[in-house]
Amino acid sequence: MSGIPHDHYEPKSGFEKWLHRRLPIASLAYDTLMIPTPKNLNWMWIWGIVLTFCLALQIITGIVLVMHYTPHVDMAFSSVEHIMRNVNGGWAIRYLHMNGASLFFVAVYLHIFRGLYYGSYKAPREVTWIIGMLIYLLMMGTAFMGYVLPWGQMSFWGATVITGLFGAIPGIGEAIQTWLLGGPAVGNATLNRFLSLHYLLPFIIAALVAVHIWAFHTTGNNNPTGVEVRRKSKAEAEKDTLPFWPYFVIKDLFALAVILLVFFAIVGFMPNYLGHPDNYIEADPLVTPAHIVPEWYFLPFYAILRAFDDSVWIVQFAGFITGGIIDAKFFGVLAMFGSILVMALAPWLDTSSVRSGRYRPMFKWWFWLLIVDFMVLMWVGAMPAEGIYPYIALIGSAYWFGYFLVILPLLGVIEKPLPQPATIEEDFNAHYPEKSETAGTTPTPAE
Amino acid sequence: MIRQTTIAALVALGLGAGPALAAGGAGYVKDYDFSFEGPFGTFDQMQLQRGLQVYTEICSACHGLKQLYFRNLGDSGGPDLPDDQVRAYAEFYEVPDDSDDAFPGDMRTARPSDKFPEVTAAGAPDLSLMAKARAGFHGPYGLGINQFLKGMGGPEYIASLLTGYTGEEKFEAGTVLYENEAFPGGWISMAPPLYGDDVTFADGTEATIEQQAKDLSAFLMWTAEPKMMARKQMGFSSVILLTLLSVLLYLTNKRLWAPVKRKQA
Repeated sequence: MSGIPHDHYEPKSGFEKWLHRRLPIASLAYDTLMIPTPKNLNWMWIWGIVLTFCLALQIITGIVLVMHYTPHVDMAFSSVEHIMRNVNGGWAIRYLHMNGASLFFVAVYLHIFRGLYYGSYKAPREVTWIIGMLIYLLMMGTAFMGYVLPWGQMSFWGATVITGLFGAIPGIGEAIQTWLLGGPAVGNATLNRFLSLHYLLPFIIAALVAVHIWAFHTTGNNNPTGVEVRRKSKAEAEKDTLPFWPYFVIKDLFALAVILLVFFAIVGFMPNYLGHPDNYIEADPLVTPAHIVPEWYFLPFYAILRAFDDSVWIVQFAGFITGGIIDAKFFGVLAMFGSILVMALAPWLDTSSVRSGRYRPMFKWWFWLLIVDFMVLMWVGAMPAEGIYPYIALIGSAYWFGYFLVILPLLGVIEKPLPQPATIEEDFNAHYPEKSETAGTTPTPAE
Repeated sequence: MIRQTTIAALVALGLGAGPALAAGGAGYVKDYDFSFEGPFGTFDQMQLQRGLQVYTEICSACHGLKQLYFRNLGDSGGPDLPDDQVRAYAEFYEVPDDSDDAFPGDMRTARPSDKFPEVTAAGAPDLSLMAKARAGFHGPYGLGINQFLKGMGGPEYIASLLTGYTGEEKFEAGTVLYENEAFPGGWISMAPPLYGDDVTFADGTEATIEQQAKDLSAFLMWTAEPKMMARKQMGFSSVILLTLLSVLLYLTNKRLWAPVKRKQA
């Protein structure tokens, strides 16, 4: 399965041999679990396990929630309260599911930005990256539809605003919006199809996760140096790697336990911290909340959506050359989806031959500026679109596109990278010298 | 027709409060101390019973508690009324008769297994979740982190609203509006419900406006989050168990990697 040479599964007992000839499932499990993994992976390589845990958590709690939930506009809100009050442990399951979505997005953003810093998207890992982006898109769709289900004020108006985006598509937009909603406005048909899709998409995500893992098990993991594992012989590969089990399983489980410690503290002591008070008011089509704010994990892209209004010259220009087909609203929608598209195209936009940001002195600064930009966009997305905020959003959006479309292609040409270690072993040994004189201290892993 | 419009306006005013508040353009919310604040906070049973009394004698005229069952009043951790008192309390209410031989519109005396009836006549919002549907605090710097110690400020908002009337009124769009320091926008359609000594507390607590407002707010926090104490308990158990698990996994990991990192385990 893997391109890195390693020991393969050998059926020993009679039953194992019998099964192996018919279904090599033990072999698949063995090769997956024992995959040679670069031994210099740092703590930013734990998010994959956290994400896998989140997916399992959301599916398990979600399946239980559906057993008690009623997808009807007159009953949905009360059925969620029924779960919170009358179902045994229902409050725990619902709060875990609600906050589990946030943990999922915290982990996915750190996972994505880790990939962007260490160049994990570069050849030969483009397919892993693209599948990852698909998973991220499906996650956003799933989370959005899940947020509609409690049928609170923010659920209802969030659904109205977001499905309204599709109405901005010229010509066919309105038809698409009606088709998505199952009617002229958000109503019972919408609620029912959102539950149906909210239940379906996680299983598609699970399948894509399997493909994601398959893809990077084929290429091997990236690592903080970006230098590939030597794979001429098994002996050479073993100097750069350790088997996933037990070394990385235990390491990842330790990290997961610490993260869950924080997660359970939030669920136990401030479960509504990341929610919005308005969603404890039942949906009312006649009353519009003063400010419709999406969940925190959508805010950066919501800011990009709102950044492009009529006063921006590029919007006016787009409107002019298309004869008014692209108006400000449609431009905003294109910008929002475009911001994720440019990220997905990073493998082809980044021209640098050096993979890891660690050896790219100029890239580093631009990268950290992108992180700051992301945080600023998240903050400005929660602010009302008035005063200075639209300008900040516009600058933030411009940098987001600039990073992927201009800076990444240019840096590869003008930047002079630092020398990279020849092998992963060399990097690892630099952190953990041969002699045991550092035994008293605990050097932290790279970065 | 005029009545319907008025109701719609009232509903709009009532529900419009949350978003405006959440956006930070809020009125003045005083930081009252409540026994249930912070990770160790618990409900005060006597206070919940006093709050129930304020709700029953004053608020219930216009506001419902439709998410609650009468039996919930006997829940431990809540007002914890004895069974006979729960039954007697329920008998004050009438609910639609759902028995086989009843006609539509027939009413019967409520039982502990019934829900509180919906109260819609005045167009006033249901109070079951009000303490979670309003946020009084957003600090520091709008991050809301201090709710770990103080909560979101829902009960503080309710108490501030009930004590925040200035006495000024105005007539606008067919409705009397009352000036209120806590209400976003400053003018609320709800007449001041408390004047002091509106109820007589059985435990001898003096029924000042502030005391009644605080007791009611505590009661509404309980109606909004009846499982709060179980939740905090779960929080503690999981934090302790996960700390233990983290330490064990840390030591396992250290030992496992020691030979690779050329260290003594």
